[in-house]
Amino acid sequence: MFADYSLAELGSIFVMQGFAGLILFSVFVLMALGLAIIFGQMGVINMAHGEFMILGAYVTYFTSQFFLNYLPGLFGAYFFLAMILAFFAAGALGMAVEWLMIRRLYKRPLDTLLATWGLSLILQQLYRSVFGPREVGVELPSWMMGSISVTDTIEVQINGLFVMGLTIVITVAVALLMYKSAWGKQVRAVVQNRVMAGAVGIDTEKVDRYTFGLGCGIAGVAGSAFTMIGSTGPTSGQLYIVDTFLVVVFGGAQSLLGTIASAFTISQAQSTMEFFLSGSMAKVLTLLGVVIILMLRPQGLFVIKVRR
Amino acid sequence: MLNVSRLHVSYGESEVLHGLDFKVAPNEIIAIMGRNGMGKTTLMKSLMGIVPTKSGTVSVGATDITRFKSYERVKNGVAYVPQGRMIFSTMTVQENIETGLIPRGESKVPPDIYELFPVLLEMKGRRGGNLSGGQQQQLAIARALATAPKVLLLDEPTEGIQPSIIREMARTLKRIRDERGLSIVVSEQVLSFALEIADRVLVIENGEIVHEDNRADIDEAKVARFLSV
Repeated sequence: MFADYSLAELGSIFVMQGFAGLILFSVFVLMALGLAIIFGQMGVINMAHGEFMILGAYVTYFTSQFFLNYLPGLFGAYFFLAMILAFFAAGALGMAVEWLMIRRLYKRPLDTLLATWGLSLILQQLYRSVFGPREVGVELPSWMMGSISVTDTIEVQINGLFVMGLTIVITVAVALLMYKSAWGKQVRAVVQNRVMAGAVGIDTEKVDRYTFGLGCGIAGVAGSAFTMIGSTGPTSGQLYIVDTFLVVVFGGAQSLLGTIASAFTISQAQSTMEFFLSGSMAKVLTLLGVVIILMLRPQGLFVIKVRR
Repeated sequence: MLNVSRLHVSYGESEVLHGLDFKVAPNEIIAIMGRNGMGKTTLMKSLMGIVPTKSGTVSVGATDITRFKSYERVKNGVAYVPQGRMIFSTMTVQENIETGLIPRGESKVPPDIYELFPVLLEMKGRRGGNLSGGQQQQLAIARALATAPKVLLLDEPTEGIQPSIIREMARTLKRIRDERGLSIVVSEQVLSFALEIADRVLVIENGEIVHEDNRADIDEAKVARFLSV
């Protein structure tokens, strides 16, 4: 399959596909960060994570429409406001869901699978009824369009660079919040031992609600970024949920670093193979690789070594 | 300081504690003795708000805390060292102690805690789960002290810990009591440990207090009979 290309062309292909992989990696990381908090830390199997993401995407779409119709002069900046709105919309929905449903299920984590799957179906139908079944696309502001030519054969897209930058900022912010802040300590204490965290004076119900909200809010931001690479429909989130769980489980459920490493491995493998093989063949090979590695290392790539 | 009156606790329909009455004064250590399954741990958990109270009242000073959740009890001065220690194993020693500080809005570990447990200062960057059992027990006590309690509850602190450390722990607990004027409630099966630290010994059997003695006039043989299987 490599025979048709010259060496220079092959190099460019690898770089460009690598770059496309980096964009996919960014969306994976954003999606997976939220899930790493909700599933990896809290142990809630959130099947509706994709729908929280799509809510963020819809919020971004409507913000862009609003700017287009009422504030065309500021259209270039709509994305930043949209991201903030997406974070708070998805976060607020997440907190409401936690209060209504999830908080009753912390003692039976497997049931969260069914409950959130039901929630995901409800949300999908809600989006279909409210926003309509048609997929919508966001118009990018002019400064995000186009690409930068690095050499004659290598071009990188500006919106891709933007998504990558965004991912780095959010990942660093989440890492600082979880591992350096006082609030992060409370979260880690609660997810490790809810009863004992209460007995050292932590208001566990409040921490649980805000943690779940944070995870969903990050999914909303992922949805914002998602509008730049795909169109938004009621069921778009479903396509990504399996990949996202794969990333979190493969990385080792309790490690943020593992999540990032596994998102990188999976997205790069997929995107590079996609160019030479068909998309489904690339997926099969990626899944096969992940399955084999998980058979050898069921705890995932990264684990915290500690006596139990 | 701690007043418990007519405390009834049940799991569903089956009542485990049938109306306990006792008081703990400031600066006093009491030991609750009893065999397995007699209700010691249930008592501790209900005092901490982990197991709901069916009827009766528990108060700290003038505040009735019977209906309070765990974290509200901590705010009112109750601290808990559970059976099996239950430290946060993936967090470092320092972070473990800090979990007790954060709800009070503090962030620096007070130096007197490290003074009580110098070994924790040496290990402050290590993950809690990688400490030995005795060190974990010290960490659990340090974490409880970080909440600045008035009443300290310890559930079988000697379980699974080597004798030399047990003696050291007895000294430390008495020092904590003397320095901070705490009321301390220890549930215990080891008579020698209880006799060493307690000002008063209560024996609990089938969810009722069946015997009570001040240390000065304790009938060791009688208490031992309650503990023999």
